[in-house]
Amino acid sequence: MTTAAPVRRRPGGMTHEDVIAGVGAAGLAVVVTAVAFLLTPLAGSFGFVLTAYVLFLALLTIDSRRRLGGVIATDRVASVLVGTCGAVALAALGLILWYVIDRGVPGLHRGFFTKTLDSVGPLDPATDGGAGHAIVGTLEQVGLAALISTPLGILTAVYLSELRGRIAPIIRFFVDSMSGIPSIVAGLFIYTLWVVQLHKGFSGLAAAMALAVLMLPTVARAAEEMLALVPGGLRESALALGSPHWRSVTRIVLPTARSGLATAAILGVARVAGETAPLLMTAFGNDSLNADPTKGAQSSLSLFAYQRIRNALPSEIERGWAAALVLILVVLALFTLARLVAATRKAR
Amino acid sequence: MDLPVTLDHGDLVDPPDAAPVVPTLEARRVGAWFGDHQILEDIDLAMAPNTVTAIIGPSGCGKSTFLRVLNRMHELVPGASLAGEVLLDGTDVYGRGIRPSSTRLHIGMVFQKPNPFPTMSIRENVLSGLKLAGIRRPDHDGLVEQCLTRAGLWNEVKDRLGRPGGALSGGQQQRLCIARSLAVEPRVLLMDEPCSALDPSSTRRIEETIRELGTEVTIVIVTHNMHQAARISDVTAFFLGDQDRPGTIVECGPTTELFSTPNDPRTEDYIQGRFG
Repeated sequence: MTTAAPVRRRPGGMTHEDVIAGVGAAGLAVVVTAVAFLLTPLAGSFGFVLTAYVLFLALLTIDSRRRLGGVIATDRVASVLVGTCGAVALAALGLILWYVIDRGVPGLHRGFFTKTLDSVGPLDPATDGGAGHAIVGTLEQVGLAALISTPLGILTAVYLSELRGRIAPIIRFFVDSMSGIPSIVAGLFIYTLWVVQLHKGFSGLAAAMALAVLMLPTVARAAEEMLALVPGGLRESALALGSPHWRSVTRIVLPTARSGLATAAILGVARVAGETAPLLMTAFGNDSLNADPTKGAQSSLSLFAYQRIRNALPSEIERGWAAALVLILVVLALFTLARLVAATRKAR
Repeated sequence: MDLPVTLDHGDLVDPPDAAPVVPTLEARRVGAWFGDHQILEDIDLAMAPNTVTAIIGPSGCGKSTFLRVLNRMHELVPGASLAGEVLLDGTDVYGRGIRPSSTRLHIGMVFQKPNPFPTMSIRENVLSGLKLAGIRRPDHDGLVEQCLTRAGLWNEVKDRLGRPGGALSGGQQQRLCIARSLAVEPRVLLMDEPCSALDPSSTRRIEETIRELGTEVTIVIVTHNMHQAARISDVTAFFLGDQDRPGTIVECGPTTELFSTPNDPRTEDYIQGRFG
């Protein structure tokens, strides 16, 4: 006598029936809501979506309960709710991106990346001139800021996490306070100290210093978290091999946390790449190319966007939106690059 | 506390006709604290050259702390303090002018959890001690082979020395850690429950390694496994202590004697598995 093999099941998996039921519940909810909105004084698109959604949840609950039982029904409804939250959050992000792309793409042309605003008159179309000087400015300012604040931030993190000196709690308190500094204050600080008192004038370097002030606490705290993730056993093993403390930090702890430290640096860059306020008083802005960050006013993508969009001319506003789009792309490229660097180092 | 006087086992392990051997490592009246909480009190223990000393006792009796006092790892814990002396070849490792790092170089340690350095290959792991301690030595290839052979790992990894150490199995990782400790040629090797995270066959492999090493290096091993202590050690020390009383040595002597005819009823109870 042979018995049939037991039917394969995937607990928690979706079947065709479930998909049909889900689509059916959604469709029914929309139809019922539509009818209700036609026959009653109810109106408004937000109300429509909300009513249909609640109705859909109710139908889904009833159906799942009847077919699959209470446990699975609760799981389904919870999954739908959590998924909705995620979708709403993503939708906000997507809308911002879509809006910037929609407004920015018309202003993009090949010259936008290479040309400057030199000899561009108010009546010239948006396809004349470009933001090449602003792209150079952003790269130099953010790059210099990262060069200043990444080593400082990692050293701070090493002090907080590896040396744990007596004043570590005080340092941590100040680092936390620093992360609350309004960005315009960081700009004013460099403006009064560097630009005015020391007579250095506006420059990309001044902007980089203001950005470094903003970046430092982010890098330091993120790097501290990354160092805390290094297992204590590795530190002890290094010391138990006769290593001086400093060598266990430089040879074991920092290399182990390398990709995490790269992430900390990225977080710092992300913190400052779009800053505009501190740049107004340090880089000042410029319509022509100034590749030397040590002296003279420099533009940046965020400054460029800010100064174009305040203008009344449609061509200028178009350039501003294009700059905003390029800024997003630059940040995205920096992120991808840092991720790749971290990944290849880890793999080696 | 009226615990029995510790046996001077240094004489017991030596042949009767030999002159008394100077112990490689000797703890004298060692005490240890975490903050105000006393963990160990008045521990006297001598480890003769090229012997394996097992430390057994219930959890929380201070075995691991004792081990960490021996190579100055104890002081790395904030709030830790200690009393007494630890003599390595007759010199107090806590003496003035002695660097903790040089003590740890001479007294190596293998931990409970295998922890090869994840950023390094197998070969680099073995050589890591040289780099970390700043030692220059010719013939790295020979040293890698020698250490891995002594740790009983060479045949399993000789074709993949460039692979990351973390890719090995748990038992292999632990043997890699032993090889790593051997590369700096320590006088003493401390092992803190080295097999407790491993499966029986890896445990057997490491026990073989310990028995072979025991003729070249002085080994002190903390273990929860009484059979393991009986199998691999020459001398066994039984520690007892708990939350309220600091750990002390109840009995210490040649392993065969301690396991066959314990002097103290508490030792017998523990060995028989009646507590702990």
